[in-house]
Amino acid sequence: MASLRDIKKRIDSTGKMKKITKAMEMVSAAKMNKAEQNAKKFVPYSEKMQEVVASIAKHTDATHPMLQTREVKKTGYIAITADSGLAGAYNANILRNLKNTIEKNHTSSDEYTVIAIGRMAVDFCKKRNIPMAKSIIGLPDQPSFAFIKDIASETVQMYSDEEIDKLVIIYNHYVSAISQVVTTNQLLPIENMDSATGQGSQYEYEPGEEEILAVLLPQYAESLIYGSLLDAKASEHAARMTAMKSATDNASDLIDELSLSYNRARQAAITQEITEIVGGAAALE
Amino acid sequence: MKTLTVSVVTPDGPVLEDTYEMVSCKAENGELGILPGHIPLVAPLSISGVRLKRDSGEDKLAINGGFLEVRPDKVTILAQSAEKPQEIDVARAQAAKERAERRLQSKEDRIDRVRAELALRRAANRLNVAQR
Repeated sequence: MASLRDIKKRIDSTGKMKKITKAMEMVSAAKMNKAEQNAKKFVPYSEKMQEVVASIAKHTDATHPMLQTREVKKTGYIAITADSGLAGAYNANILRNLKNTIEKNHTSSDEYTVIAIGRMAVDFCKKRNIPMAKSIIGLPDQPSFAFIKDIASETVQMYSDEEIDKLVIIYNHYVSAISQVVTTNQLLPIENMDSATGQGSQYEYEPGEEEILAVLLPQYAESLIYGSLLDAKASEHAARMTAMKSATDNASDLIDELSLSYNRARQAAITQEITEIVGGAAALE
Repeated sequence: MKTLTVSVVTPDGPVLEDTYEMVSCKAENGELGILPGHIPLVAPLSISGVRLKRDSGEDKLAINGGFLEVRPDKVTILAQSAEKPQEIDVARAQAAKERAERRLQSKEDRIDRVRAELALRRAANRLNVAQR
């Protein structure tokens, strides 16, 4: 049985750890609220964008490479993870999904490339020799559109240059504070436009339909990437908050258990002392 | 007098929503003036200032990349960024303008040039809107 001092030490260190996880939980809760607000602020923009793109795509026979499916020689995957761990299964879910998707659909590493967002995804790809076209580390907690604009437009450019023929994004969709779902979305070519609810109004186009699509579709794709990123950020903070909350709860349980065995050990020591004294006195008589 | 509802939306949230009598902006191929009752229209906007007019005065916005959607009673401007004159950081725009000019003068490869030109146009547009 562990000595009294050993148990005391463990109780102290667990207590300190609990303080840290509790603080991290509260920080994540604050960040999650902010991230959720950001995601909400973005909704009007994306809805409007979708509405206009859908109504144009529906009423026009103008074509654009982004609306057409071409033979897929190379697929680009955008994987959004966090920069650090301590977020429960957040990163692992994304990376497992990425690995399974790649193994299922591709046989050679020439057929795909990954755009890795977040240190966990970058390290994962490096370690497994997965080809990486681009990577970003150090994404701020509240990413602004300007920050993501470059990587988004470069990625969309890769599609336009026919470097990749299909673009898929893998991220955690934020359902609620305790539930995040890994989501795989095909960004390019843009499909299922017809199912979106267009207003049905017929527009006049200035200068022409094709020119508008040429300007609009890259922006639409960029906005989809940004939207997913905001969603992923909210999920990240939520996942981290939940993970830290359960760590705090575990620490409390552990401290309770340790206190119990500490008291038991203390009681045993006292009992033993009394027995020794009584035994000693008995021997003198 | 008839009015239009104008809403300006960016990825970082709505910037403005109000009623005006006229919207005047610069599309890719020329100036556009929108009055109430305009036919539905979609046009991409260039990096420019948008002027919103009404009885009580005129509001300006510095717009960067985006497009305009017009319905008879409503105008929506979707832009990557939109700033009111009082929100523009003049010192920063000035610095960005000088940086872009320097980059354009030093002859580097082509992609950098395109980006520098865009940066220059954005900075000049911001300064323009802030000063007027």
